[in-house]
Amino acid sequence: MPEQLFQFLVTGITVGSLYALVGLGFALIYNASDVVNFAQGEFVMLGAMAAIALQNAGFPLFLAAIVATLLTVGVGLLLERFAIEPAVGASVVSTIIITIGAAIFLRGVALLLWGKDFYALPPFSGDTPIQLGGATVLPQSLWVLGVTVVLVLLVRAFFNRTLPGKALLACSYNRVAAQAVGINVKVMLRLAYGLSAGLGALAGILIAPITFSSYEAGVMLGLKGFSAAIVGGIGNPMGAVAGGLLLGVLEALGAGFISSGYKDAIAFLFVLMVLFFEPTGLFGHKSAERV
Amino acid sequence: MPFETSSTPAVPTTGDDRLLEVVGLSSHYGPVCAIHQVDLSVGAGELVAIVGGNGAGKTTLLHTLSGLRPISTGQIRFDGQDISRWSPHRIVAAGVCQVLEGRQVFASLSIEDNLRLGGYRQRHDPVWLRAQQEHVYSLFPILAERRQQLAGTLSGGQQQMLAIGRALLGRPRLLLLDEPSMGLAPLLVEEIFRVIVELNRCGVTILLVEQNARAALAIAGRGYILETGRIIKTAQAAELLADDDVRRAYLGY
Repeated sequence: MPEQLFQFLVTGITVGSLYALVGLGFALIYNASDVVNFAQGEFVMLGAMAAIALQNAGFPLFLAAIVATLLTVGVGLLLERFAIEPAVGASVVSTIIITIGAAIFLRGVALLLWGKDFYALPPFSGDTPIQLGGATVLPQSLWVLGVTVVLVLLVRAFFNRTLPGKALLACSYNRVAAQAVGINVKVMLRLAYGLSAGLGALAGILIAPITFSSYEAGVMLGLKGFSAAIVGGIGNPMGAVAGGLLLGVLEALGAGFISSGYKDAIAFLFVLMVLFFEPTGLFGHKSAERV
Repeated sequence: MPFETSSTPAVPTTGDDRLLEVVGLSSHYGPVCAIHQVDLSVGAGELVAIVGGNGAGKTTLLHTLSGLRPISTGQIRFDGQDISRWSPHRIVAAGVCQVLEGRQVFASLSIEDNLRLGGYRQRHDPVWLRAQQEHVYSLFPILAERRQQLAGTLSGGQQQMLAIGRALLGRPRLLLLDEPSMGLAPLLVEEIFRVIVELNRCGVTILLVEQNARAALAIAGRGYILETGRIIKTAQAAELLADDDVRRAYLGY
């Protein structure tokens, strides 16, 4: 029983890490513009599919991963430039609808490029399971965890320690004031979309050896990442990470102890409960403002 | 207290020392004209006040100057350059820094971070920034004591100080102040205005927009009266204070 629990926890944390990365992407764009980017899941899919395609075309695995990430960042920047930026001044809801349209478009392009087939990447360092305290851990899980930790720390340092990070936060706190101090809001928006696309792509590439990828793989991952972001309190990057891990672990426990058929139901039920009892999310900042 | 004295020599601007020159400026909200054919100028080193009631277009006027609102017609020249269509960040970089109405500090960031963001356009000059930050802290010692405190937890007066400090870190050659007295107790208003005078003495050119006409005209060299989007009167501040119409409409006696 304890070994089993440990096994479920390992699985949960692995999957949760991916949700965390996707959730971080949501938080970045939300922070820059108050917009929920529903094309976030498509960044994940594009990263995975591009890496697979490049690897099949003869690229070494790591080069394929890097090029795929850069390509996805490019797609994120193009999306910002040609779909989001022309709508500057439109309401947040309109912009969100634009991102939904962009998601459908990207999915369509992927369908044309790669068809409906499922693909996978080979594991980064073999598939010999590692025995760890009674649980079996795939080397790929360690990759997922390691890369996630590094990325989370980088994003955290970006917001807490760098001026561009603070400037990005400033855009979400008060856009007019951000402009008044000379922050170029358009540049910040591009930065947010580029970073989000990169994070999404890396998440997709990391999971591509574990689950199969297809043109619509981003839908569910996007939803789970969005759930992670709202569970953690949307706009709070570290909250999104915590939310993602929590969601992953709950899912794994539910799948293990109840039924794997209820995996997604458990995750979304949890989100509903959180929103019911704590509408700003578990770690949403209680705003400290005096008027 | 320099509060009640006029600080700048009351000389109308002429020729080349005009730092800001606005000609025939109009701006619309949809079909509604918010400011109409405004002409005004601010000379280097001046402290100029624009006074007017609620809804006169004061904030709109300042927003057009700092690029936050598009202009419909007219021209804004700053230091000889036509900045009418520049984006806000470029205008800030040129040295036009605005203290927004209602302070608008970044509530969830610390005082220190607010000031750092104020210096966003000067970020490549850390030496100057550090010195200027200390200068701001010496102007407002209360901020220095609370550097790590979140700006949203400050009182209204402290937030106003922070908002001014933040604008000062943008290296202003022209400082635009939008209703710095709004919602503040009289003693704090006095304190804020004392600092404005001091800044002006140290060479910062200031364009002050105020509903509190008495306090604004008391420290300004020249003044403009803005009413329903039009400049209806301009003169030396002392003359405006003595003008019967102005007294009746804005000073209430």
